[in-house]
Amino acid sequence: MPARTDEARGTFELANAYQLDDRVAIRPEPFGALAYHYGNRRLVFLRAPELVELVRILADHPSAEAAMAAAGIPDRRRAAFGRALASLEAAEVIRAR
Amino acid sequence: MPAERGASRSLATEMKAGLDAPICLTWEMTYGCNLACVHCLSSSGRRDPAELTTAEARAVIDELARIQVFYVNIGGGEPTIRPDFFSLVEYAVGHGVGVKFSTNGTRITPDRARYLAGLDYVDVQISIDGATAATNDLIRGDGSYAAARQAMDHLAAAGFGAFKISVVVTRHNVAELDGLESLAAAYGAQLRLTRLRPSGRGADSWAYLHPTAEQQRRLYRWLLERPHVLTGDSFFHLSALGEALPGLNLCGAGRVVCLIDPVGDVYACPFVLHPEFRAGSVRDPGGFGRIWRESELFTGLRSPTSAGACSTCGSFDACQGGCMAAKFFTGIPLDGPDPECVFGHGELALAGVAPGSAPAPGPGHSRPSPVSVRLGRRA
Amino acid sequence: MPDTAAHTSVAEADTGRIDPVEEAELVEDELLVEEISIDGMCGVY
Repeated sequence: MPARTDEARGTFELANAYQLDDRVAIRPEPFGALAYHYGNRRLVFLRAPELVELVRILADHPSAEAAMAAAGIPDRRRAAFGRALASLEAAEVIRAR
Repeated sequence: MPAERGASRSLATEMKAGLDAPICLTWEMTYGCNLACVHCLSSSGRRDPAELTTAEARAVIDELARIQVFYVNIGGGEPTIRPDFFSLVEYAVGHGVGVKFSTNGTRITPDRARYLAGLDYVDVQISIDGATAATNDLIRGDGSYAAARQAMDHLAAAGFGAFKISVVVTRHNVAELDGLESLAAAYGAQLRLTRLRPSGRGADSWAYLHPTAEQQRRLYRWLLERPHVLTGDSFFHLSALGEALPGLNLCGAGRVVCLIDPVGDVYACPFVLHPEFRAGSVRDPGGFGRIWRESELFTGLRSPTSAGACSTCGSFDACQGGCMAAKFFTGIPLDGPDPECVFGHGELALAGVAPGSAPAPGPGHSRPSPVSVRLGRRA
Repeated sequence: MPDTAAHTSVAEADTGRIDPVEEAELVEDELLVEEISIDGMCGVY
């Protein structure tokens, strides 16, 4: 049965460690990927292949910031990627670990 | 020259160009049904002797899992009359394919409700077309409202959680929208309203069942105020009235979603069960995956279309010309206006359709005699 | 952060060659994550 969870609001921090929620399936698409959360039935589009890669390696790094550096995200895109990760946390696609 | 794929193209553009696999799809598992709803989009009633076997159904699930279809919307007919229905549901969720199934509720006994409550990744949608038996049963048959309510009671008692109540909006139930909202609220259920199309048996009744222009406007305003009411994105033609309704506001047929029918034929969507919109069969070499990727029909649906007769209307971007099923079965050209165009262009187009010239839905699987629903034991 | 109601991004920018300053402005506005309501895209039950 569908889970009813409350939305996380404003809890994303670049310094925190994150991982992909294990109820999420990520399916590559030409424009990036689709992420479907089997628990809350939400569907999210990841609109850049670099974001897909970032999400993939999140669990291997001590912070979101470190993961962004490892993924080679240029400085001028960090704000946008930070917002993206915050959105993903709100959708419960990624969670703090 | 279209922009390269990426964040610079709108999501709608990505969707219109088609995805590598459907996000979800509708799977009508049987043409058999123990009801005989007046507007049935699939003209269901009798099982087809060529329906997919259990083994073939499992093979379809295997393919869907392989290409990562996230979930299937299972319907019919009445899917629970297939003896292997629940085992196929378990097979699907066991292979990573979520299941939402649509049912008239007649076979959701207390035991089955408890069983469903224990399954993860399964959503249930009960079909009902009125907040009262009087309104509902005119469409769905004597006793059908009571059966649906009983199923809801069983799900609630079993602690299922939020199920969906799905309603096809007709001329007669627009007045009961508030009542339907209350009904859903009383069960902690989600209300879902979908659009009546002139498909299947709906072709016969559409003319007198579809909402009037004024009712559509009322519906639009009602929906705008209630973003929590689901619509299956089926009222995107109303977005021409102003602020867009929530959703993609585009036809997903052949691009994001499609239909697999009980005998394994693949169609663009459940509302176009007609050879013109048949893309192939899962029994063909290459199965479903090949049809999704390469069929002529779907490839055609993914290429950009022109506004056609709607090109002079400033609202084409909002309504996308409406629903191809609604146009097809009322005899309006596919590049013409939706028959329920909010500006009345559809009514004009309908007036120009020669009587009897609209495509017929095909023989279907309707049963010859009316049925009434017997509640209780036989499940 | 995008709200959870379904929406589509509005801009359909052309990706012809652009200069670095313009590009910086574009990437600041990038919407890299979009949530979409999948109650059923039109065409499913």
